[in-house]
Amino acid sequence: MTTINRRNFLKLSGGVAVGSALAGCAGMNTGARKKVVVIGGGSGGATAAKYLTMMDANIDVTLIEANKNYHTCFMSNEVLSGVRSYESITFGYERLAARGITVVHDMVTGIDAQARTVTTKGGNTFNYDRCIVSPGVDFKWGAIEGYDAGVAEKIPHAWKAGPQTVTLRDQLRAMRDGGTVIIAPPGNPFRCPPGPYERASQIAHYLKYNKPRSKILILDSKDKFSKQGLFVQGWKRLYGYGTDNSMIEWVSAAQGGKIEGVNAGAMSVQGAVESFKGDVINVIPPQKAGKLAYVAGLVKGEWCPVNKQTFESTIHPNIHVIGDASAASKMPKSGYSANVQAKVCAAAVADLLNDRAPGDPSYMNTCYSVIGEDYGISVSVVYNYDKQKNMIEKVKGAGGLTPKDASKMALKRESQYAHGWFENITDDMFG
Amino acid sequence: MSLKLVTRLILVGGLTGSSLALAAGASPEMLSQTCAACHGTNGSSVAYTPSIAGNSEEYFVDTMKAFKSGERKATVMDRIAKGYSDDEIAKMARYFARQPMKPMRQAYRQTQVSLGKELHFEYCNKCHEDGGKKADDGGVLAGQSIIYMQHSMEDFKAGWREAPKKMRKRVKAVMEAHGQQGIEALLNYYGSQQ
Repeated sequence: MTTINRRNFLKLSGGVAVGSALAGCAGMNTGARKKVVVIGGGSGGATAAKYLTMMDANIDVTLIEANKNYHTCFMSNEVLSGVRSYESITFGYERLAARGITVVHDMVTGIDAQARTVTTKGGNTFNYDRCIVSPGVDFKWGAIEGYDAGVAEKIPHAWKAGPQTVTLRDQLRAMRDGGTVIIAPPGNPFRCPPGPYERASQIAHYLKYNKPRSKILILDSKDKFSKQGLFVQGWKRLYGYGTDNSMIEWVSAAQGGKIEGVNAGAMSVQGAVESFKGDVINVIPPQKAGKLAYVAGLVKGEWCPVNKQTFESTIHPNIHVIGDASAASKMPKSGYSANVQAKVCAAAVADLLNDRAPGDPSYMNTCYSVIGEDYGISVSVVYNYDKQKNMIEKVKGAGGLTPKDASKMALKRESQYAHGWFENITDDMFG
Repeated sequence: MSLKLVTRLILVGGLTGSSLALAAGASPEMLSQTCAACHGTNGSSVAYTPSIAGNSEEYFVDTMKAFKSGERKATVMDRIAKGYSDDEIAKMARYFARQPMKPMRQAYRQTQVSLGKELHFEYCNKCHEDGGKKADDGGVLAGQSIIYMQHSMEDFKAGWREAPKKMRKRVKAVMEAHGQQGIEALLNYYGSQQ
């Protein structure tokens, strides 16, 4: 069964390996070659597609991603500060295609879990033996009054790197010296827990050298945040935090920091007690699983429940969900987590398609944050799988934060390794 | 009875049952692939972070154990190494030892390369054979991250990482004859091999 005609298929694949690929379409499990469709070309999807081809050359892998280019959220804060270019966080899929992955740029409109088919806006249908979905996050529009996708063009979230990253950067560049930048981070759980605070740090770095009379106001929906002690220590050292001249002010939820509304016309946000005016406003709305997860019926609550050994959906068999959209507790929603989950998932998919029992997984995550020049911090955790609880548990006695007494030299090395991590993870995803 | 032997006996015991995969734990590939986000696909880094492919098993195991015990100072690896058992470390050591190390494409000082090469064959090649490409006791140096090697030399000097007696003597001799510039020249020579 196939609904891809030859002409369409040639258009999609560029004419590569048509014979072998079509031969596999005849039935679901009858042919020698198995078919996996990966949807979403970010940290999870790109990695899963690549590693599947590395693990089993007899699997035909199709990667469907709406956009021609991917912009990484990680290191996008350095684009805001001008430390790096927008181009440096932009990646294409050419090298994955060269590995034999069929890369299709189209929007997925539906997954039929019974028929095992994926349909797209472009009018194509793809059969699969197993499907891996990595849809990322979507925003809970309506959670903050007056803030929707339209307003976000002017008051950007920039929490999916892309054009809004450029908008926010350009707004910072255009801002007067002495202006106020408001950053409003969401409640948990959300993509990249230390991200808003690294963003404040990077913007402070830009302002310190370019608009030193300016301020950053973090209006938080939480009373504590990731790596807080290390961020505050760095802000004290670099940006005068806690003094009258502090470049950064953090207002916790308990202090009235949680914002309830946005007034785009007045360039103000409404907190529980008072309203705050900003010259540049960055609202990071609360989040839920990406749209495709909802379309495909993979969501329970706001995230996708999975078997954490294989990342197979507990709702629909043969569909696996990885990355930010999956409920992969206790891993955080990070680029590193998605990259590792993709490998655990790809190994399980390769095992299952070859009638082997999936092996034991191993997981880890390291989140670097660059607070300023030569100043990096990190949190690192190694995890094991607890089969009884279906939980990804931290290995006891391991992992943790950069020590508070880390030397200047150690912090500099961490910033170098943060950049090494960026180059390596993006090469691991797209190379 | 050593812990390793106990583990082995438990493993053998497990093999007689049906839960072979369970007793074996995560595979070498599975464990090792989680390192790639920092150390590169299959352990060959493309920037800054050290490549860990192509080292001898012994070197990998010794390094991880030194991180684990705190004997070798680190930025993140001390925290990470504590998450793995000796058996898991041995598996990763085997995996990475089999991966060819792809030299890092990185900037280096061309003007220092010839002096570095000269010094290498005078002082270092006896252990770091074939211009630093071979790694029996130590890490692969040819094509290794220059920044990482600079960190390592700082660590040896400060006593944050233990250098073999032979190496301490040789480094001292280079320093006496050429100063810090000699060390820099060596690292640029290794980094130039791409």
